[in-house]
Amino acid sequence: MTDKITIHINNKEYQVDLGQTIMQAADKLGFHIPRLCYHPKLSIEGACRVCIVEVEGARNYVASCAFPVSDGMKIHTNTQLLRKARRDIIELILDNHPLDCHTCERDGNCELQRLAASMGIRHRHFEGEKKHYEKDLSSDAVIRDPDKCILCGRCVRMCSEIQQVHNLTQAHRGFNTVVMPAYNMPMGDSVCTACGQCINVCPTAAFLEKNYTQELFEKLNDPDLIKVAQFAPSVRAAIGEAFGLEPGRNMEGELVAALRKLGFDYVFDTQFAADLTIMEEGSEFLERFQNGGTLPMITSCSSAWMKCMEQFYPDLIDNISTCKSPMSMQSAITKSHFANKIDVDPKKILSVAVMCCTAKKYEAARPELEVDGMRSTDIVVTTREAAWMIKSAGIDLLGIEPEEPDHPLGVSSGAGAIFGTTGGVMEAAIRTAYELYTGETLVDIEVAAIRGLKGIKEGKINIDGKEIRVAVAHGLGNACKLLDEVRRDPDKYHFIEIMGCPGGCVGGGGQPYAQVNTIPLDDEALKKRAEALYDLDRAKTIRRSHDNPDVQKLYKEFLHSPLSKVSHKYLHTHYKKKTPVGIVPKTQL
Amino acid sequence: MVDLRKGEQHVNDQKYKLTLCDGPTCIHNRSREIRESIESEIEKQGLSGQVSIHLSGCLGMCKKGPILIVNPGYVMYGQVQPEDIPAIIKSHLVEGNPVAGKVIQEDHLYNRFFRIFGDVDFFGKQMRITLRNCGIIDPENIDDYLSVRGYEALAKVLTEMKPTDVVAEVKKSGLRGRGGAGFPTGLKWEFTANQKSDEKYVICNADEGDPGAFMDRSAIEGDPHTVLEGMVIAGYAIGSRKGIIYIRAEYPLAIARLEKAIAAAREHGLLGDNILDSDFSFDIEIRLGAGAFVCGEETALIRSIEGARGMPRPRPPYPSVSGLFGKPTLINNVETWANIPVIVLDGGDWFNAIGTETSKGTKVFALAGKVRNTGLVEVPMGTTLRKIVYDIGGGIPNDKPFKAIQTGGPSGGCLPAEYLDTQIDYESLAKAGSIMGSGGMIVIDEDSCMVSLARFFIEFTQDESCGKCTPCREGTKRMLEILTRITKGNGKEGDIEKLQRLGRMIQKSSLCGLGQSAPNPILSTIKNFREEYEEHIREKKCRAGQCAALLSYVVNDKCVGCGACKRVCPVNAVEGTRKEKHRILEDVCIRCGQCYDACKFDAITKA
Repeated sequence: MTDKITIHINNKEYQVDLGQTIMQAADKLGFHIPRLCYHPKLSIEGACRVCIVEVEGARNYVASCAFPVSDGMKIHTNTQLLRKARRDIIELILDNHPLDCHTCERDGNCELQRLAASMGIRHRHFEGEKKHYEKDLSSDAVIRDPDKCILCGRCVRMCSEIQQVHNLTQAHRGFNTVVMPAYNMPMGDSVCTACGQCINVCPTAAFLEKNYTQELFEKLNDPDLIKVAQFAPSVRAAIGEAFGLEPGRNMEGELVAALRKLGFDYVFDTQFAADLTIMEEGSEFLERFQNGGTLPMITSCSSAWMKCMEQFYPDLIDNISTCKSPMSMQSAITKSHFANKIDVDPKKILSVAVMCCTAKKYEAARPELEVDGMRSTDIVVTTREAAWMIKSAGIDLLGIEPEEPDHPLGVSSGAGAIFGTTGGVMEAAIRTAYELYTGETLVDIEVAAIRGLKGIKEGKINIDGKEIRVAVAHGLGNACKLLDEVRRDPDKYHFIEIMGCPGGCVGGGGQPYAQVNTIPLDDEALKKRAEALYDLDRAKTIRRSHDNPDVQKLYKEFLHSPLSKVSHKYLHTHYKKKTPVGIVPKTQL
Repeated sequence: MVDLRKGEQHVNDQKYKLTLCDGPTCIHNRSREIRESIESEIEKQGLSGQVSIHLSGCLGMCKKGPILIVNPGYVMYGQVQPEDIPAIIKSHLVEGNPVAGKVIQEDHLYNRFFRIFGDVDFFGKQMRITLRNCGIIDPENIDDYLSVRGYEALAKVLTEMKPTDVVAEVKKSGLRGRGGAGFPTGLKWEFTANQKSDEKYVICNADEGDPGAFMDRSAIEGDPHTVLEGMVIAGYAIGSRKGIIYIRAEYPLAIARLEKAIAAAREHGLLGDNILDSDFSFDIEIRLGAGAFVCGEETALIRSIEGARGMPRPRPPYPSVSGLFGKPTLINNVETWANIPVIVLDGGDWFNAIGTETSKGTKVFALAGKVRNTGLVEVPMGTTLRKIVYDIGGGIPNDKPFKAIQTGGPSGGCLPAEYLDTQIDYESLAKAGSIMGSGGMIVIDEDSCMVSLARFFIEFTQDESCGKCTPCREGTKRMLEILTRITKGNGKEGDIEKLQRLGRMIQKSSLCGLGQSAPNPILSTIKNFREEYEEHIREKKCRAGQCAALLSYVVNDKCVGCGACKRVCPVNAVEGTRKEKHRILEDVCIRCGQCYDACKFDAITKA
């Protein structure tokens, strides 16, 4: 029930719904008021003051993102004085910004750059001192560069409101205000989960992934190395956006071809390891379910979630599946069984993962994931980095002839594809667990209840007369909510899927930046990326992980059976409680 | 039910009652030693049991402190030193003759308020409502407060009035928020009262942050119960059970007295469950702030209480709708709260009769700068600036000419002499180009450079900006840079226009009151003293001689060649042979002025 009211914008009368802000009303009427700190998924900050408008009768300009419309309101969005004020505000931001656009990673993709261009700032009146801070390069995944920061607070709100990690905050006052982790701790030592969502929402380059493209180019040119690539499910659903395509175009074949052209000797598909994960994780769940193991069992694919859990929910470590993530499984098999098969020293293999994720860079460096004393994944590059490399090498991704991934680690089922979206791991697991448990084939394999972008989704599956209660959360904030529920009522669920990023991997911290006139993490874009993966699933004849012939072959030749000794050596891991620095554990209080 | 009258007895028990000012300035001037001396003298001179010693909060007459008041008779001694005590005790208390030389005494005037020192000119010309008990009662003794009709207003409210009656009375009084913005207090109460919520909060904003301001601190230190009583009354009126006083940790004495007052009020059944045996329950807790200026802004203050970084948020929603923890919250400043009990007791109509058309009651100002009687003054709204500066403040030392008055704290404006007859009320001050603010008032004479003054204030606001919104964070920094270069002699044509352009944009576009008012000192000094800016920029000249970089020191013909200047110069900028005229090397000179002070022959000219 909404009441209609009359407002005037720039002397024209409009009927709009009550209960919205000036910006929302104006958006619907086709007035795009310039904005910077505003993000529809985050709380209203009102900090940048770019979206100011004049409301007749008000003493000062009001921030249209925060101010509600009221009946009879007369709004001006474009008076000369207002334009001048807005222009000056943006100039003030530029005056304290490095303006090294040509050498900046966000060149061409920077919201501040676009905004400044649209304001027509041709002269600078107020130039003066600029802030200077050292770049924080301590993290394996996320770089913090306060010089580029314009203090819009999006990262702070993302980190606390959506992810509930609360790592970032504004510190100090006035001109010395800076966004940093608590106690100005290096990102690498902080509670940062490396999810990379700060990068996604940052309008400039104040947060970036740690870039490994130069190192990778160097290694790709090393003739002594066997270069092996894998790429995550959701990379194929998003990389096209970096080349100007609409979200949701599946670029799997093109990407395989491009990676070969970049110099990889073998291009495998992480979806293969996703199927492998389901074999192990599904079996692990049934083992726990049947033999009174710790339940609910919680998935372990998401690296940001792993760190989040070790820091904030160490009491639930026993609930976490011991399965490595698909990336680490794929790398482990690459450097063991595959190396054997092609008869090379695994030390000569360069194992590279193209991921939608920044936290995978952190994961790859975790010592417990080493295989036979070697790092299993040598280099992780994000979708963005891969896109840049493809462009930089002059490869025409859009015009390229699609190719198939290599054997023996390249074939995947539809279940492996949907790993890239929230609910996908659970759905894939259900398909296999049902069959492993009952010996019958699940007919209706699409589990609607756990699809979509709702924060926490619940479902019940009846397996052989037994009810299995499952829950799915995406985004660490939703995960925390769900786990608080588990702490209260440990018997509420049997099986839980958690993905650290909003929307799951399709919304990963390493995905292409929002294009012109779109917003980062737009729900529509996330849905389209997810839909591309569901389409991929539907198009496959093999839609269950255990039906993947290459997976079956791998068990026959190497792993024997799920949860076997060999499996445990290569495909499973363990977790440790991590006490965040500066936080005193309850036991010591 | 507690006997609110029993305090009277407590006061009348002893033969003599001594009240010693225990404000920070008096403490600094050895008032605690004086107290010890009094105690030992009483013992020595055989007066044990006949004299009670009380401490009071700041009387506001800091220039004349430490102050000792002897009752009965309200004889006030000023600038008392521990050494004076034996004579005072002997002559006054034993023999009955006040020590004339130490008594502050002028014409006898009687102030409307309770027992006040009307015979002292400084007080006689004031009207003390907010500070009515400050200096009169012992702030650490609840019986003292009860003896001056303390908590009577609360009793009246609980027994005779409906919550809506209380709101109506406050509305009728015309009281406006004393924190700076001047929003009608009654309306704020009404908005909060009308909200339906399971929980509501009452907050006292005691985060006084203006440099040089100490109105709120003194009010709490001198009369903490008044604030508590005001808050409990509000709790009843709006339907809240919980009050919070947000006070800066730099006010330890005020905090200690509040804590004591809260404990005493609880003990007397004036706070806690079933206050005065009624159905109404209300309690108050203290939250300490870390001293950020911006936390005086209500939404930042609320965030700070919630445990978050104190940064303002856009309004609406206003705290009366969604405040502390998202609940309806009534937030008023210390001075506002202190008016409430009087309004309830004497009626909104009575209060409404004081002041001007739009601004009612009195206002406390911290009078500072180039004025003889610095201190706290409380005057009815509508009093002219001239009256405060010349009648109460006693004029400018050495009878130098008045140059300007800066009102409203660091974000107020500077008004020149032609505004001296401006009446003090919210609208008149705003019209003149300044603000009421929380009540800072700095008198400026010709020795002050208006550009430096503006620079000083913007440096403060830039430093204290929370850093959230662009205009305040970046804009004040650029204004500070421009002003700095002007005072250094590097000002450029167009700088004044840049300051105005930035200033107006910051006023119109900033998120909160801090940013919106930060350019006031600059815009008002440009408006009223533009020629000083132009002199700095074009002629590289500072007429007040305050901008060191623009000064030059020249030796004139009075020089006898004594060499005193040469000896003190820290950078060897003076050359010359003994008994001959010396010379100052302008390139080397750092304009520290030591030679100027050292010369006994007036032989150095400052230009």
